Amino acid sequence: MISMQKVSKVYPNGVVAMDDLDLEIRDGEFLYVVGPSGAGKSTFMKMIYREEKPTGGQLLIDGLDVGKIKDRHVPKLRRQLGVIFQDFKLLPSLTVYENVAFALEVVGADTSSIRKQVMDVLNLVGLKNKARNYPDELSGGEQQRVSIARAIVNKPKLIIADEPTGNLDPETAWGIMEVFEEIHRRGATIVMATHNRDIVDKIRHRVIAIENGKVVRDEEKGAYGYDV
Amino acid sequence: MMFKTSLRHLREGFKGTLRNGWMSFAAISAVTITLLLVGVFALVMFNINEISDNVENDVEIQVFITRTADESSVEKLGQNIEQVPGVSTVTFSSKEDELAKFQDQLGDDAAAYGTVEKDNPLHARYIVKAQDPLELEEVAQSVSSLENVDDVKYGKDYIDKMFAFFNGIRIGGLALIVGLTLMAMFLISNTIKMTIFSRRREIEIMRLVGAKNSFIRWPFFIEGLVLGMLGALVPILVIYFGYDVAYSALQPSLDQLNSDIFKLIDPSTLTVQVSLVLLALGAFIGIWGSTTSLGRFLKI
Ligand SMILES: Nc1ncnc2c1ncn2[C@@H]1O[C@H](COP(=O)(O)OP(=O)(O)O)[C@@H](O)[C@H]1O
Ligand SMILES: [Mg+2]
Repeated sequence: MISMQKVSKVYPNGVVAMDDLDLEIRDGEFLYVVGPSGAGKSTFMKMIYREEKPTGGQLLIDGLDVGKIKDRHVPKLRRQLGVIFQDFKLLPSLTVYENVAFALEVVGADTSSIRKQVMDVLNLVGLKNKARNYPDELSGGEQQRVSIARAIVNKPKLIIADEPTGNLDPETAWGIMEVFEEIHRRGATIVMATHNRDIVDKIRHRVIAIENGKVVRDEEKGAYGYDV
Repeated sequence: MMFKTSLRHLREGFKGTLRNGWMSFAAISAVTITLLLVGVFALVMFNINEISDNVENDVEIQVFITRTADESSVEKLGQNIEQVPGVSTVTFSSKEDELAKFQDQLGDDAAAYGTVEKDNPLHARYIVKAQDPLELEEVAQSVSSLENVDDVKYGKDYIDKMFAFFNGIRIGGLALIVGLTLMAMFLISNTIKMTIFSRRREIEIMRLVGAKNSFIRWPFFIEGLVLGMLGALVPILVIYFGYDVAYSALQPSLDQLNSDIFKLIDPSTLTVQVSLVLLALGAFIGIWGSTTSLGRFLKI
């Protein structure tokens, strides 16, 4: 699915955020990305959804050289993946339903199917009965479920989640992880940056640790591994 | 689908206009003031051009014939004038014609001058038109050297002054309009910038989920267009109805001058044309204003 060969990223200010990184991510894999703050985890993910371009090397998604595609082709790439953030990024003036439908509307999805798709996905994240609520009427965990629903509503094969439980208390975080597990079970590839030791240690998946822009550890069914 | 998308862009475009109420109001006002001036100026210009044309077509050389000249030498003079290069038409006006014209101008007062008929003090004259009004001076000089010409007159100074005055109006007006247009564009571009700013979150999400750039840009484009065209509304109404009123008020008094020169252009077609120009200009200002903002603040 994703293949990185000697990928590097030097920001214009000279910071080397990614340093000749080699990595293969297989179809259907669940990958935790761990490492200290400033290690380059977010940069790693931004390059996958083409928010940043690699300054060296090659980053292929299903054979497509993401660093080389033209700006106007970026929307097409983004429609094939879903992105989830720590801060939810919901629109406060729209209801839960509208926030999710938004992702379909702005890509020009077929109107007749929008309603069913949105309700299906709200059902999956357990928010069917909150469809008419506004984000500020929801708990943090519920808001994150909405943002997950929005990310998966067009059925992407690849989910990028940058510290999705970073703003949530442990109990809520577990609930969110159940949603990710379900999405994974349905066949999606998931790349998740996280600082949540408990989760990484208990829900075992492949773990890569990034430090100073390099992969310093890569383990199948690995543990979080940092002593804090 | 296309239709629904277009509706969405329209809705978002109008929403943007409402969202930044005061900025929108300022931008629309700027366009309004600009277009009002453009409209008034355009009407004045069209009329000035019309009058200039009339003047140019109307400039003629008055050739006063020596009073002592007999009939055959007057006729000969007429033939000689026709030979002068650059002359287009030559018309004869006898002493009696001149007197009749004079009395006509005086109207009722003419009776007081009753006696002059017996002892007509006026000159018979040839009225000469030049092919090219700019060659008037040369033609006049050639004619003045002919036999039996007492004097030659044409309104050179008066015409030159009038053209200079018209040009002054043109240049001053254009400078004012260019300045105001730039200000209107700037205000629109600022309003759009505010909309982009207030919607940055929405734009960020649209980009994340894969909305096309054109999709993201359309509403702002429409917002600019709406601002520009709303700004054209009041000027169009003012021009459309105002010129009619001005025409009705002014033309009767101009008619009293009894001259072919001072004729205002009929409102019917002129106001429609100027209105269309104003609408187009409003749309242009709006689109230009939003496009510059999009270029600078919506880098994708
Ligand atoms: N847009 C940027 N411009 C310059 N430097 C950046 C930018 N984004 C991140 N960095 C730097 O790159 C390094 C890696 O950052 P990041 O990828 O956000 O790390 P992490 O997500 O692991 O905390 C940091 O030193 C950070 O300061
Ligand atoms: Mg980060």
